[in-house]
Amino acid sequence: MLEISIQTEKDQTTLILKGQVDASNSVELDEAIGELLNKNHKKILVDGSGLEYISSAGLGVFMSYLEDFEEQKVLFLIYGLSEKVINVFHILGLDQLITIKANKEEALQTIHEA
Amino acid sequence: MKHELTLYCEKNKLAELRTFLDKELSNSGLTDIVKNELILAVEEVCANRIIHSHGCNPSSHLRIKVKKLHHRIIFEIIDSGEAFDMLTYEEPRLKDVIKDKRKGGLGIKLVKTIMDAIEIESKNSHNICRLIKQLNSK
Repeated sequence: MLEISIQTEKDQTTLILKGQVDASNSVELDEAIGELLNKNHKKILVDGSGLEYISSAGLGVFMSYLEDFEEQKVLFLIYGLSEKVINVFHILGLDQLITIKANKEEALQTIHEA
Repeated sequence: MKHELTLYCEKNKLAELRTFLDKELSNSGLTDIVKNELILAVEEVCANRIIHSHGCNPSSHLRIKVKKLHHRIIFEIIDSGEAFDMLTYEEPRLKDVIKDKRKGGLGIKLVKTIMDAIEIESKNSHNICRLIKQLNSK
């Protein structure tokens, strides 16, 4: 079960994820990010504090957009991940490729400094 | 207690698999991080079988067995259908995954990194994938 909600504040957009991302619902995450890119959002944050689980299907969605983020100069970051979820990013070394911040404050600071 | 689950080949059954594994590992003394890794590795193998070998056919099924021994835990994923030897499969490099904007290809790398040993047996369309985790290891 995955719930995705979107919050826009000034020029930044936050995708709030709640629940579990696996092969059955990663397409929902894919569509949500794709839509933000289509609408030309340039600062995309993912609030992962409600994310209980992510499998390779979900990680693959993030990976598949990294080139687009770079090409379209989109600032993309994830924050608030629990220890067990962030560990999955660590296993594959994805934390070296995706900006991951501990909490909202750090995420906002990064956005403001950009 | 029967440490076995029959999992029908639909992607939306993966949550049922996680619930089963979570219960199986509940008294194992493992940390949440390690439990999550083991659940993830088993799910990755099952998701691969469901999607690539069974084409998400809900009338096909996998059987998942959990064996808790003194110093290790063994997960067996048993099914019929097309064999797949993940041991000889070469995972894509991360930079190629990014360049090609691929959404797949990371699962097997996760399984190989998390587990201490993987055994594959295939005979007469009967496949067993055995994932072994030594306790008190990485």
